[in-house]
Amino acid sequence: MAEPILTATGITRRFGGITAVDGVDLHVAEGEFLSVIGPNGAGKTTLFNLISGQDRMDGGKVTLEGRDITNLSPHKMAEIGVARTFQHGRVFGNLTVMDNVLIGCHVRMKAARSTVPVIGPVLELGKALIQPKAVREEEEAMREEARAIIATFGERLTPRTDNPTYTLSYANRRRVEIARALALHPRILILDEPTAGMNESETAEMQEIIAGLKAEGRTILLIEHKLNMVMQLSDRVMAMDDGKVISHGTPSEVRHDPKVIEAYLGHSSIGGARPAARDNAEPQEVITAGPTQGRIGRTGGAEA
Amino acid sequence: MEFLSSLISMPWLDYSISGLVIGSIYALMAVGLALIFGVANLINFAHGAVFTVGAYIGWTCLVGLGLPLGVTIVAVAAVSGGVGALIEWLAIRPLNRQSRIAPLLATIGVALMLDQIIHIVFSPTPRALPANIPDWRIAVGNGTIGAIDITIFATAVISAAALYAFLFRTKLGMAVRATAQDDDAAKQMGVNINAVNMTVFGIAGALGGIAGLLVGLYYNSIDPNASFQMMLKGMVAIVIGGMANVPGAIGGGLILGLIESWGIGLFGASYRNLFAFVLLLVMLLFRPNGIFARGKERAAEPMTGTFVTQTKAITLPRPLIWVLIGVAVILPMANMPYITQVMTNAYLYGLAALALTLVSGTVGLVSIGHAALVAIGAYASALLTTKGLPVSLGIVIGGAAAALIGTALAYPAFRLRGHYVAIGTLALGEIVALVILNWEGVTNGALGVFAIPPLEIFGLPLYGTKASYWFVLALMLGMAGLQVRLLKSHLGRTWKAIREDTVAAETYGVSSNYYKGLAFGFAGFTAGIAGAVTAHQWSFINYDSFNLLFSVLILTMAILGGLGNVSGAILGAILVAALPEMFRTLAEYRMLFYGAALVILIRFRPQGLLGSG
Repeated sequence: MAEPILTATGITRRFGGITAVDGVDLHVAEGEFLSVIGPNGAGKTTLFNLISGQDRMDGGKVTLEGRDITNLSPHKMAEIGVARTFQHGRVFGNLTVMDNVLIGCHVRMKAARSTVPVIGPVLELGKALIQPKAVREEEEAMREEARAIIATFGERLTPRTDNPTYTLSYANRRRVEIARALALHPRILILDEPTAGMNESETAEMQEIIAGLKAEGRTILLIEHKLNMVMQLSDRVMAMDDGKVISHGTPSEVRHDPKVIEAYLGHSSIGGARPAARDNAEPQEVITAGPTQGRIGRTGGAEA
Repeated sequence: MEFLSSLISMPWLDYSISGLVIGSIYALMAVGLALIFGVANLINFAHGAVFTVGAYIGWTCLVGLGLPLGVTIVAVAAVSGGVGALIEWLAIRPLNRQSRIAPLLATIGVALMLDQIIHIVFSPTPRALPANIPDWRIAVGNGTIGAIDITIFATAVISAAALYAFLFRTKLGMAVRATAQDDDAAKQMGVNINAVNMTVFGIAGALGGIAGLLVGLYYNSIDPNASFQMMLKGMVAIVIGGMANVPGAIGGGLILGLIESWGIGLFGASYRNLFAFVLLLVMLLFRPNGIFARGKERAAEPMTGTFVTQTKAITLPRPLIWVLIGVAVILPMANMPYITQVMTNAYLYGLAALALTLVSGTVGLVSIGHAALVAIGAYASALLTTKGLPVSLGIVIGGAAAALIGTALAYPAFRLRGHYVAIGTLALGEIVALVILNWEGVTNGALGVFAIPPLEIFGLPLYGTKASYWFVLALMLGMAGLQVRLLKSHLGRTWKAIREDTVAAETYGVSSNYYKGLAFGFAGFTAGIAGAVTAHQWSFINYDSFNLLFSVLILTMAILGGLGNVSGAILGAILVAALPEMFRTLAEYRMLFYGAALVILIRFRPQGLLGSG
């Protein structure tokens, strides 16, 4: 097998007393398509958050082409070519489709990459104000490229290029997200449930687009619940449960692994303590229990 | 050395006792704010005004009607509780939770109105509030405790106990706690959310009013201008305690009282308010969840697009813009010097509003401390030119100083989100004002800077009404043009992306702190030259020239025009700054006008006249 370009070893993330991701190893080779499956709360999104720098891991190491990228900040991750989409879709609502995709180009804009120290910020402001020829040409080239990327989504996005994305349907917003990720020219493309909430025909369409990306030889990490899609697209599949990798191999190997079947159909102790405990481990619930949710008399209320 | 000796010789016990007494009053304020934050997810800026209402109802009962203290406390609780409930009913409920910043701005509007009403009814000067409390003091160790201390502390404790009994022993109290946990779920379980909200505002109002009465008794003086300061103290206390944490708020109030009291003992009373704000900034930076929060908590998900209502901005057609500019240019020819002067003033506000609309509208950092940037520019230019620097150079340096110092000061607030940004910038504004007041060697302290040279560029005098009008108009249009150009460049979309979703922007390689810094830098420059020109126009400035009201005014202008909208900011400035001047009746009740304008605007057109950009 080819040399992996992304390697993660021993990735661990704990939320309070719960270990959401527990010593996971993961590697992906150039041009490879790796899918991560598992029941809700298995730790898939947390794992991807850690790899893409959204969250900081408690243990483990990530390297990209031999370079240590453990716990880099998200914008540094973007600069070295890690692009991701979000589980629930996060487009910039008041920006047009075009501007959303152009933000994807941000890391490649020379106008935004001042190499001069100290006066760099002043130069960037100055360039934006004066708009010299080089800056205008670069902007135009980026727009041209963005239009080409938007065109890969055909009639879905092209007629809406200049519409703000809050006017778009849910499925179209997800498409914009992928277009934005492609504009980054990613070394690794991370897709977190790109077909969540889509109907069958939309899912099929998205699968076709992702298959197209794979055919271009892109390196892709995918989280997905729709197993048919996973089986058709993936070179390799990794199944997670309770924060651990429970199975790993070719799509058919993983599909027929009894441990995977058990994880999906329910634990042997259905109704017992374990599944309930796992529900609590859903990381979204733990990490959002910040100031917005903890309200009146949290200390008093809980105990009273 | 002097500090060390005062550290040793300070009567710690006395200061601790007065700290606890004042702290218990802060705790009463904080409990109300925490309750409201918990249920309505809102920082009630009108809470200070309710405090003042309580103080004056107390005066009316004790002095005016000669009622005993016990009856007075009940009356104060009833009336200020009613005022609190009324605020919820009139200003908060109609907003229907449309965005998170809207109710906050509405409460600022209500605060302005209540303060002005008290000024009108009771006159704006402080008055004495004598109480028939025996003035014996008992010696404890090497300190003393007086009857007044015990009365105040006991009232605070009884109020807190009553609140606890309500929250944990009554059905409505349970509904309040349920709503605080999850208002949608509570609603589905049949809880009347509106009744809960009104109750909470009522209780908070009652506690705030009692706090007002107690402070009046403690100092034997009530001051109609104390509202904002007291609200800020309560806010600092809930930040210490963890925003919606009611026991935390009590702890936070006591801690704040103690720190303030010890600080006064060590450094002197003129620094009183500085301790609170420094404490606030430290808390926001290092423990934004409060000191009682358990474990590390990751920042909550960003509030996507909550601050800017999603609308299409109205772009004025080019010919209309040229016509309007033409009218503005020939306006002084009409030979109405008063109008010309008023408009010059409005354009200066316009410059400041341009800066704010960039930061708060385009980048989404709602700032209530904007006056600080203007003040830095004004002081930099004023101090340098009074020492002989040419005025034109002073203005440029004023802009640069505001850009650099303002950005550096605001930098800690960049990592804050939502309401915390508002609190953080508010603290910054107050800190800058307090530094100006206390750094006498440089700023001339409370006396201010006078004999500031009048406007001129390169020896060309611009003293005349018309000349300064044209100069300020050109400055404003020039800066507006530059801002439009920036918004059309890659910076425009990058700033907006940060506003819409900071996490997603970071994920696509946008270093949000850097770009927030760029926005603050440019906005600081604009605000700084606005301040500098104002200083040369007025020839006198002091620490109070650019106060909290100034910040609120600028924010009103930016919202009126449409947050982020360049022509909107100018329109807003002209409407807010010029209108009250042109109608004398409005001028007398200016604050009432501003407050009502803000409340009505937020209610009926939160996106502003020209739409948010």
